[in-house]
Amino acid sequence: MTCSDALRETRSTCSYCGVGCGVIIESRGATITGVRGDPDHPANFGRLCTKGSTLHLTARPEVTQQTRLLQPQLRLQRQASPLALDWDSALDLASQRLADVVQRHGPNALGFYLSGQLLTEDYYVFNKLVKGLLGSNNLDTNSRLCMSSAVAGYKITLGADAPPASYTDVDHAHCLFISGSNTAWAHPILFRRIEDAKRARPELKIVVIDPRRTDTVELADLHLALQPGTDVMLYHGMLHLMLRQGWTQPAYIAAHTHGFEALVEQVRDCTPERTAQVCGISVEDLLEATRLFATSPATLSLYCQGLNQSSSGTDKNAALINLHLATGQIGRPGAAPFSLTGQPNAMGGREVGGLSNLLSAHRDLANPVHRAEVAALWGVPDVPSVPGKSAVEMFEAAADGEIKALWIACTNPAQSLPDQATVRRALERAEFVVLQEAFATTATAAYADLLLPATTWGEKTGTVTNSERRISRVRAATPPSGEARHDWAIGVALAQRLEARLRPGQASLFPYDTQDALRGTEAIWNEHRESTRGRDLDITGLSYALLDAQGPQQWPWPSGASQGKERLYEDGVFPTPDGKARFHSTTYHPVAEARDEAYPFSLNTGRLRDQWHGMSRTGTLGRLFGHVAEPAVQVNPQDLARLGWEDGALVRVRSRRGQVVLPVQASAEQGPQQVFIAMHWGQEFLGGHDEAGQALTGVNALLPSAYCPRSKQPELKHAAVQLEAAALPWSLVAMAWLPAQQVLRVRESLKALMAEFDYSSCVPFSDTVPLEQAPTQKAGLLFRAAASRAPAPALLRQIETLLGLDPRQALHYSDASHDQYRTVQVLADGEQRHVGAWLLAGDTRAQAWLRPLLQEAQDVSAYGQRLLSPGATPPVAQAARSALVCSCLGVNEQSIRHQLAQSRGSDDERLKELQCALKCGTNCGSCVPELKRLVRWVRPNTEAPELAI
Amino acid sequence: MSDKQKLVMVGNGMAGVRTIEELMKLAPDRYDITIFGAEPHPNYNRIMLSPVLAGEQTLDEIVLNPLDWYRSHGITLHTGSKVVAVDRVKRRVRAEDGTEAAYDRLLLCTGSKPFMLPVPGNTLQGVMAYRDIADTQAMIEAASRPGHAVVIGGGLLGLEAANGLRLRGMDVTVVHVGDWLLDRQLDQSAGRLLQDALQARGLAFRLGAHTEALLGDEAGRVRALRFKDGSEIPADLVVMAVGIRPNTELAEQMGLLVNRGIVVHDTLQTVTDARIYSVGECAAHRGTAYGLVAPLYEQAQVAANHLAEWGMARYAGSQTSTKLKVTGIDLFSAGDFMGGEGSEEIVLTDPAGGVYKKLVLRDDKLVGACLYGDTQDGSWYFQLLREGASLGSLRGQLMFGPPAERAH
Repeated sequence: MTCSDALRETRSTCSYCGVGCGVIIESRGATITGVRGDPDHPANFGRLCTKGSTLHLTARPEVTQQTRLLQPQLRLQRQASPLALDWDSALDLASQRLADVVQRHGPNALGFYLSGQLLTEDYYVFNKLVKGLLGSNNLDTNSRLCMSSAVAGYKITLGADAPPASYTDVDHAHCLFISGSNTAWAHPILFRRIEDAKRARPELKIVVIDPRRTDTVELADLHLALQPGTDVMLYHGMLHLMLRQGWTQPAYIAAHTHGFEALVEQVRDCTPERTAQVCGISVEDLLEATRLFATSPATLSLYCQGLNQSSSGTDKNAALINLHLATGQIGRPGAAPFSLTGQPNAMGGREVGGLSNLLSAHRDLANPVHRAEVAALWGVPDVPSVPGKSAVEMFEAAADGEIKALWIACTNPAQSLPDQATVRRALERAEFVVLQEAFATTATAAYADLLLPATTWGEKTGTVTNSERRISRVRAATPPSGEARHDWAIGVALAQRLEARLRPGQASLFPYDTQDALRGTEAIWNEHRESTRGRDLDITGLSYALLDAQGPQQWPWPSGASQGKERLYEDGVFPTPDGKARFHSTTYHPVAEARDEAYPFSLNTGRLRDQWHGMSRTGTLGRLFGHVAEPAVQVNPQDLARLGWEDGALVRVRSRRGQVVLPVQASAEQGPQQVFIAMHWGQEFLGGHDEAGQALTGVNALLPSAYCPRSKQPELKHAAVQLEAAALPWSLVAMAWLPAQQVLRVRESLKALMAEFDYSSCVPFSDTVPLEQAPTQKAGLLFRAAASRAPAPALLRQIETLLGLDPRQALHYSDASHDQYRTVQVLADGEQRHVGAWLLAGDTRAQAWLRPLLQEAQDVSAYGQRLLSPGATPPVAQAARSALVCSCLGVNEQSIRHQLAQSRGSDDERLKELQCALKCGTNCGSCVPELKRLVRWVRPNTEAPELAI
Repeated sequence: MSDKQKLVMVGNGMAGVRTIEELMKLAPDRYDITIFGAEPHPNYNRIMLSPVLAGEQTLDEIVLNPLDWYRSHGITLHTGSKVVAVDRVKRRVRAEDGTEAAYDRLLLCTGSKPFMLPVPGNTLQGVMAYRDIADTQAMIEAASRPGHAVVIGGGLLGLEAANGLRLRGMDVTVVHVGDWLLDRQLDQSAGRLLQDALQARGLAFRLGAHTEALLGDEAGRVRALRFKDGSEIPADLVVMAVGIRPNTELAEQMGLLVNRGIVVHDTLQTVTDARIYSVGECAAHRGTAYGLVAPLYEQAQVAANHLAEWGMARYAGSQTSTKLKVTGIDLFSAGDFMGGEGSEEIVLTDPAGGVYKKLVLRDDKLVGACLYGDTQDGSWYFQLLREGASLGSLRGQLMFGPPAERAH
């Protein structure tokens, strides 16, 4: 074994949510072979969630080969398949096209749209490129869809975009006030910490404010299922009660704040009765929530997209912070308004000013002094003062022809932005679209003229900042795949070429070493560090060396300091001119698009436990579809009964601007007249076409571009929709095991066919094996479609071919004049016969038994031709199958229910017994809330076995 | 001299003897019965000649009515005695050997003759048909020496002959004008599967091939077969199995109406002479002369009913179904299995299992079936076919066998 093949371990950071867990990457040569939680990382102390613990699987060579963008590519015309070209030609072309646009229309005709998943160094280079070199502020990131309301909320009240708390505050809090956050799924490892705290201190009170009864609610002492978008009313109502009950802290208010009087006026008419009525909650619950918040020794608010993704996102954030200021629940251990970050480095992006209305190190565009400081740092005469276009505005401008060229990096606007119709129009109308991406499989990739391969997790070097202001190093375990380059290095190469055209002869503003990534990123980071000198986020005392030596650290850490700040504002001094915080007095505004007669349902969106964003990474792993296998729209069971729809029936979900077709799923999590669709289901997994034959573009086609006037964050969490039964009598379902080296490429080919049907979806699946066996796990695809009439048989055969259904081997049944078409491929495996693939068209009810036959590799020797039988009843008796609950150890609901039926005692005892018996929820713990619900649901068997002797 | 009526039967084959058997059940004592048979054998199961050829059965085993059966029923049997004349006025029949018999009722069961291709050389030595015991014995004898056999005709009989000769060690080539084997009984898909199976057994095939001539040696013995395209294949034995023709010489000579067979009513009485009945391959009922055993037995029943003077039964024609008697090859077809205009098809294929099933429906009724590789539901389909009942909800399950069998 050569030393390059020796097992190496690299400390880095998880690339998913904002908790920012430390990971230890195991690799051999250029291949990542494993990942585990970093026991020394303060964010997770060795724990990882279902997503983090499978990161290494997303970096396997076969995944890279099938899904990554591995060389620069150019589309000679739109819709055509792109052709490979070399980096120099690609960058020359890019800089020439951009410079040309600048010369013809000025720099504001360019739009740069980046990502909260970029590293701080990546951000810094592009921010400097756009605002410094090009002199435009048209640089925004998908953090706009995620954190900009939190930014605005903090700034307008506390004076700076700085989450004042730390994860350790969970251990000090007496009341956790969780608003608009399904922490259990969106920030699992932080939730593990909350569970520990609750276990250690049962007196810890947890209040959850969420229209949905999520897994997070399972841990709550009190759940306020408020009506969507009524948060500001709720907080005002709470303040009203606090004033009435004398629960505010006048001394703190007087000493450390401004503007309370105006706010008092504001909340005067927010009586408990009115608040309860508007929010759809009971006065008692309102009172109890208020009491817990105000009178607990320490109240820690945790909040996320429920507040941020709103047309009044800033007001929601500020109105909550108002409560912390009014009750002095801030600046003390366990007391603070703690905004949870959605993405791994939205924080870092904010620090370098990576938004169209920000400047480096929390500086403001409008402030001439700030502009001068930044210009001086960068060595440019000035930086533009006019705010650039925010995400939504940028794409609207491109759709209107005002922005001529789009540079998109590390994000997928054709999936994640609201009002997809406009987004697609923008991508089509723009003269030149560059996509800088790690994955070739995103919906946006289809629109790019120029595709530039970027490095990704496991290959990148730099830093990220998590929700608690902690800066962690990201380190490369392997060299870049194919010809991929680091995002910052692409920025530098582009910048240097643009300099040659726009400021020839002058010294480069980007003198970074792109050959040695470590030296390059450190130089960039040091420059960023310098920009923070004297600012609230001053990190001049930190260095790569220190981070390497002492591990992740929190800002601020000014030079001379011996450590970072665990908690801000303990002295009651805020980063405002007079050091005082400001109450934000605002009126309650309902959702941008209220339910009405025509659109009687509230659509809510959010994360799934085991998926991430557009799923370009998590979507490559069948095992992450074990928890939620397929797209669906969740509807309150009573609504479903009232509408007379069966579970699984196809419905057309329409908003004023778009539609999707989905199977309905009864869900007690949803309130009446509220429906939920996971944010992940974009065109990559959910397809179809509308009545006019236009391809459907996923869940975000439904959502409005309405945004918060201050934060410019769109209301991704609410749209008024109507549901109607989709009259699609013809349906198709197909499943196949495929070689790991092909399965994802096949999925891409099937994706291309999805718009052929009125409805279609295509998801991976796998067999259920414990995580350690995952590398050898089988991979398969599940394809669904429905249409108003049967398509040409040629299309079915095309799908069969892709799924490896071989007409020379497979069993086949056809009743053409009745549109019945069934194919089943049986594979010999020693004495046994297994189903390798099947396709049902017309009557697809047989999926009920064919699916488990395939997925559980049951022996079908006894079936013979009856594998082609129609109907939902299996032609041969078989065991029922049930959903996977614990994806780490592959435990399904059926076995859990079986175990619980035998177990007695208190809920906690039964949970322990369950975990001992089946080991479920003992690895990453993400499924524990679900286990708890099952413990409560499944009562012990009535007959007592111990007496039965 | 008894006062019983006299029934004379010309032809000692399966259809006729079955008629007599049926008659015995209904009216054992009504007739004095006399039977003339051209072959020197009692009634045997012609259908089982192929297993005999294949060496799977012996001649004794295929005899249906041994001589003492005739004796015990008081039937006068003249074997090896070919009837050459019938006087319909005097109501007497006369055989080649001079034997005569008078009748009140006459039953003509002269069966059919194999059709010989009208090609040069069709009379050479070693060129033969496949029809009766004599032919079978001749083929067995020929096959005792290794050599090239050519069977002309890829129908049921031809394939059975070819299979038998192959099993007896000859190199066998089947020459067939059709595009696929059994093109009267199977659709192309099934025909191809059959061909694959038979090729696997060592048979060779020339499909869509037209025979131009049979070539002989100086001794007047066949040595080769030439096709229209000029190509030749060696042949030490040529068996013609290109179909049968109703044997109607005698009937024509008697002045009975003959049109694709001896024309009979639904009572199986000839349209020309009500005293004279005809059943079997020589009879033409509603324009059809049947060549399969099942319909002939149905005819026998009706004819017997009338001869017994019960006069209740009517023969309305038969739905025919096919089986190939080649061990290890299961195929079944019935009705309008080719489908086409106005019909709907349900198809199941299992290439790995060598199974092909096609059901043809019209107006929600099963009108045809073509099964290859798995014929276990053949009789059920045949029953549905004859009942002609609407399928309704049965359609979806039809391919998977009778409901009872599906219950688990």
